[in-house]
Amino acid sequence: MLKRVHFEPSVLPYLLVAPQIIVTVLFFLWPASQALYQSLIVEDAFGLSSEFVWFQNFEELFKDPLYWGSFQRTFVFSFLVAFLSMSLALILAVMADRVIKGSGIYRTLLIWPYAVAPAAAGALWFFIFDPTVGFIPYALQFFGYEWNHKLNGNEAMALVIFTASWKQIAYNFLFFLAGLQSIPKSLIEAAAIDGAGPTRRFWTIVFPLLSPTTFFLLVINVVYAFFETFGIIDAVTGGGPANATNILVFKVYNDGFVGLDLGGSAAQSVILMAIVIALTVVQFRFVEKKVAY
Amino acid sequence: MASVTLDNLQKTYPNGFKAIHGVDVDIQDGEFLVLVGPSGCGKSTLLRMIAGLETVTEGDLQIGGKRVNDLEPSQRDIAMVFQNYALYPHMTVYNNMAYGLKIMGLSKSEIEERVKNAAGILELTEEQLSRKPRQLSGGQRQRVAMGRAIVRKPSVFLFDEPLSNLDAKLRVQMRIEIKRLQESLGITSVYVTHDQVEAMTLGHRLMVLNEGRVEQLGTPIELYEQPASLFVAGFIGSPAMNMLKVEVSDDGKSVHIAKGIDLALENGGLQSHAGQNAILGVRPEHLDLAPGMDGALPLTVTLVEHLGADTLIHGHFGDDQTDLTVRVSGIETVKAGDILPVSITKDHTHLFDPSTEKRIAL
Amino acid sequence: MIENRPILSFLSHLIMIVGVVLVAFPLWITFVAASHDEQRMTELPLPLLPGGHFFENLDIALNQGLWGGDGTGVGFMLFNSLIMALMISIGKIAISLLSAFAIVYFRFPFRMGFFWMIFVTLMLPVEVRILPTFEVVANLGMLNNYWGLSIPLIASATATFMFRQVFLTIPDELLEAARIDGAGPLRFFKDILLPMSQTNIAALFVIMFIFGWNQYLWPLLVTTDQDMFTIVMQIGKLLEGGEEAPQWHITMMTTLLAVIPPVIVVIFMQRLFVQGLTETEK
Repeated sequence: MLKRVHFEPSVLPYLLVAPQIIVTVLFFLWPASQALYQSLIVEDAFGLSSEFVWFQNFEELFKDPLYWGSFQRTFVFSFLVAFLSMSLALILAVMADRVIKGSGIYRTLLIWPYAVAPAAAGALWFFIFDPTVGFIPYALQFFGYEWNHKLNGNEAMALVIFTASWKQIAYNFLFFLAGLQSIPKSLIEAAAIDGAGPTRRFWTIVFPLLSPTTFFLLVINVVYAFFETFGIIDAVTGGGPANATNILVFKVYNDGFVGLDLGGSAAQSVILMAIVIALTVVQFRFVEKKVAY
Repeated sequence: MASVTLDNLQKTYPNGFKAIHGVDVDIQDGEFLVLVGPSGCGKSTLLRMIAGLETVTEGDLQIGGKRVNDLEPSQRDIAMVFQNYALYPHMTVYNNMAYGLKIMGLSKSEIEERVKNAAGILELTEEQLSRKPRQLSGGQRQRVAMGRAIVRKPSVFLFDEPLSNLDAKLRVQMRIEIKRLQESLGITSVYVTHDQVEAMTLGHRLMVLNEGRVEQLGTPIELYEQPASLFVAGFIGSPAMNMLKVEVSDDGKSVHIAKGIDLALENGGLQSHAGQNAILGVRPEHLDLAPGMDGALPLTVTLVEHLGADTLIHGHFGDDQTDLTVRVSGIETVKAGDILPVSITKDHTHLFDPSTEKRIAL
Repeated sequence: MIENRPILSFLSHLIMIVGVVLVAFPLWITFVAASHDEQRMTELPLPLLPGGHFFENLDIALNQGLWGGDGTGVGFMLFNSLIMALMISIGKIAISLLSAFAIVYFRFPFRMGFFWMIFVTLMLPVEVRILPTFEVVANLGMLNNYWGLSIPLIASATATFMFRQVFLTIPDELLEAARIDGAGPLRFFKDILLPMSQTNIAALFVIMFIFGWNQYLWPLLVTTDQDMFTIVMQIGKLLEGGEEAPQWHITMMTTLLAVIPPVIVVIFMQRLFVQGLTETEK
């Protein structure tokens, strides 16, 4: 935490932390406290008068079927994104760990989507799935399937899941590969001598030893799907059709900036904060455990 | 050049732990003082207090007659060589040595002259000067660390276990070099080590520390011949001094070692401890094999170590099987199970009070 | 690997290649679309191989925009994105280095208080506090300028933690040696800490540059003036505006322009990128 030896106390350390503390207070702590405050009041449409209403905003929120729908959708979305991108990444990482020649090239060719902005990733997939000219709808029509995510909510959901998962494969791949490479080769060799084939070795030795990485990635992927996919939703579906892809982080923006429901949006912000805090705590608990593992 | 004076120097940590209980010493100009003791005895803390890396809780610290308690390390006119060398890994050897001089504001030519000069003394080549520390061997890094100290032309050198990261052969070689260097430069030096051989060979004087207190301060020969306490007696000398429980006779003129074996005391004996228990210390090299069993300790041999020049014979004697080690010169052909007669001469024996653990003066 | 069965090796390569192709397919299609003219991009099936209009489209995208030039070419938006990304990454690194230095190397009242204040920023992504943060920025008069685009995003607990970790691994003796050499805190920071943290700084820069470049929601909120638009937020606008009469060749060219800079950074600074990614997560 602190060095055994340090510099004499002076005004200097305060000056050193000042920039970060000022930015933190101005743009993090103050707005967060404002969100907390606003979640407890109701303002009239012109912002002229406000009334303190305790948890009324929250009560209304929990009574609102649209909010519950968004909640469920977010969980389905997060789970599927995490599952899809992690399983694909794991398969690729296991293969990359096996191949000796060219694994560096494969790695390079797999990690670049990390650098693609969510909104740009949205554009790439939006184009491929465009109902009029896109490749996939064009191909699907030969099988008699009409793809139109602009009308069909499930298809819209599938599209944003594909996009979000595609972008996250790179990250998961890197961490799975690092996890695989940190498993001592001698363990695998011992299992091979015990007569376990590659598949059996994977499920009995490799996968259990990889579980800290898997769990860590699960948390990271859920956080990603919850909060970092705003650009994808906004660019690809705009939350539609008929709210089918209106996940929490999009709804809080939409209700606040477009719907101008300040109290309701603030209450949603507070709930999202609670979720991030919970996830961060889980993540840190786990990081501590991982050190001990 | 300067003397260093420690006057009742004390250190208490904020958590209440008292690391140094009050140390007094006058280190003469040009003297080589070694602080020695087991780990955790406070020797490094004391050195770091002199360096200014630890604050002084109480007492006065003077360098060259000037009180320096509150001066920054860089203002104390000292240089220090660290155990892990603490070389700046991103700087070349040259810049490692020059860094402090640059901060002092010396001219480029002056810096270059000093660095070249130090490199010459330490036999560091031009080419090594332009390398990074990680490209050097352990011994070479050690030289660079010394070089960084030399170029400052300090009044005092401080060494914090500088040889402990080297292998045994290099350690002996560097030990000799440090001694030669200190003698030729004549700079007052304080040297911390836990290795008693290093301490004995390097120091003009040794300060033996134990749990933050000075056990004894003296020349290597004084410490060897007149250890002030059981702790010093056990710490200085290898293999360690044999400690035998004895009884002072009622008239105080002799001590009783074992059945039938008594040792007469000099100078009219020990009236103050008559009839009491005492501890008799005798170094392995001061024991001898006797020609016959008469009046000798019957040593049952358990282990023999041949060092070449000497032979160490380990064994025990008496009813309570007291351990004893004997060092005889040359090669002695004995084996485990033999019973040897061992004689004690009253020269080179030491008596200690078992309760105070201090030396009993005869 | 233990088994030296060629068939397994072949299978591994095959799966890898399929994976790489699937991952790269969207980008390839984008590139292809950006290299055909408007006419070709309305004919089904769309091309799978590049055409000859790449540079022509590049010129239109940069200087004219959709529909034959309504004055919204994206050239200046690339510049805005670059400035924003640089300000965010350099700003993050600068303030995190300073605060980590203070927290690790000084003992001062409220030290832990500051540490926790920085820590909680980890739990407050911009998405959960958009409205009030927007209000603060508006009140400070930071709408529609580079300061408003970057400064609210530069506080970073991860960067501070990373530098704290790096500093903690630097041996104490180096500080002691520097003090004996007469170096004060700022000199020690400049001469010893900064050079020793070089690769960590570079690794963090790669991650933070990508983070900055890819910002979407925040620029959308704080810029209403077209001159301050960034390339990434423009993509959303193009997709929205293209509903009626899509001009895929220009839209995909713009997307390509938004994607290429950070992708190049990742590919050419791969080692630093991987280091940055793993360091900031631990």
